Amino acid sequence: MQIDWISFTPVPSLLGGMILGVAAALFVLLHGRILGVSGIISGLLHPQAGDSAWRLSLVLGLVSAPFLAALFLGIYPVIEIESDWLAIGIAGLLVGFGAQYGSGCTSGHGICGLSRLSPRSLVATLAFMTAGFITVFVLRHLIGVLG
Amino acid sequence: MKKHFGLISQYAIGILFGWGLIISGMSNPQKIIGFLDLAGLWDPSLIFVMLGAILVGLGGFFIVSKRSEAFFGGALHIPTRRDISKPLIIGSLIFGAGWGIAGFCPGPVLVALGAGHLKALVFIIAMLAGMEICERFFSAHKSGPTQV
Repeated sequence: MQIDWISFTPVPSLLGGMILGVAAALFVLLHGRILGVSGIISGLLHPQAGDSAWRLSLVLGLVSAPFLAALFLGIYPVIEIESDWLAIGIAGLLVGFGAQYGSGCTSGHGICGLSRLSPRSLVATLAFMTAGFITVFVLRHLIGVLG
Repeated sequence: MKKHFGLISQYAIGILFGWGLIISGMSNPQKIIGFLDLAGLWDPSLIFVMLGAILVGLGGFFIVSKRSEAFFGGALHIPTRRDISKPLIIGSLIFGAGWGIAGFCPGPVLVALGAGHLKALVFIIAMLAGMEICERFFSAHKSGPTQV
């Protein structure tokens, strides 16, 4: 295994991670809900009365985050998307189906679930990490696509 | 009045979460793929993201475990399931495969949408379709944020 020292950003990643933790903690402390983005989005598909506004507020916050980061923090997010349109479509389908079927994603299971020591979330996190490792290995090193 | 205050708070927490994704590098799909590529040049940054988030999160969820309602009032919607079910494992494996293909998951793709990337919009439409397919054809499995 070779470490990519040029891309490795331990300090901003730790700091950014702590901000994610603060946001997840505030959300459950103030509003009593798990900050799981896939669940929050999927709840908008078949809206129940009075259950949509809080979901939309959080989603809008995430969408406006890059603009406000540039405005107030002077930080312009680096977003490099190398997948082609077909890969984007397939990946989106799998992520949506998988998060719904597996009751959560990187935020709900990975951050909130592990923070509350949920055995289900530990299993889910290990499963999606393993699948991610295998997928990238197959695409990049066996088939040779994906940069 | 109180309801509006709650919505503003949820909006602000969304921004904060987005900033965390941006500062940590999680909003960049290539950085995610750099972490998932164990056999290539490996970028371990995501481990530090998880460490930071969980260190803080542990404190937050510990305080919540001592409470019976949210600070702004209202019930706590905390998942109670503890069974390791087949859908949990299969769904998470499928999720991980999609995550590995494009390097996007639901939070970061919303940030990328806000940054003006058309591919993020296509990903989100496909993601919503995937969720809907699951609800329509695999609805024996009840899902939702209270069952994480």
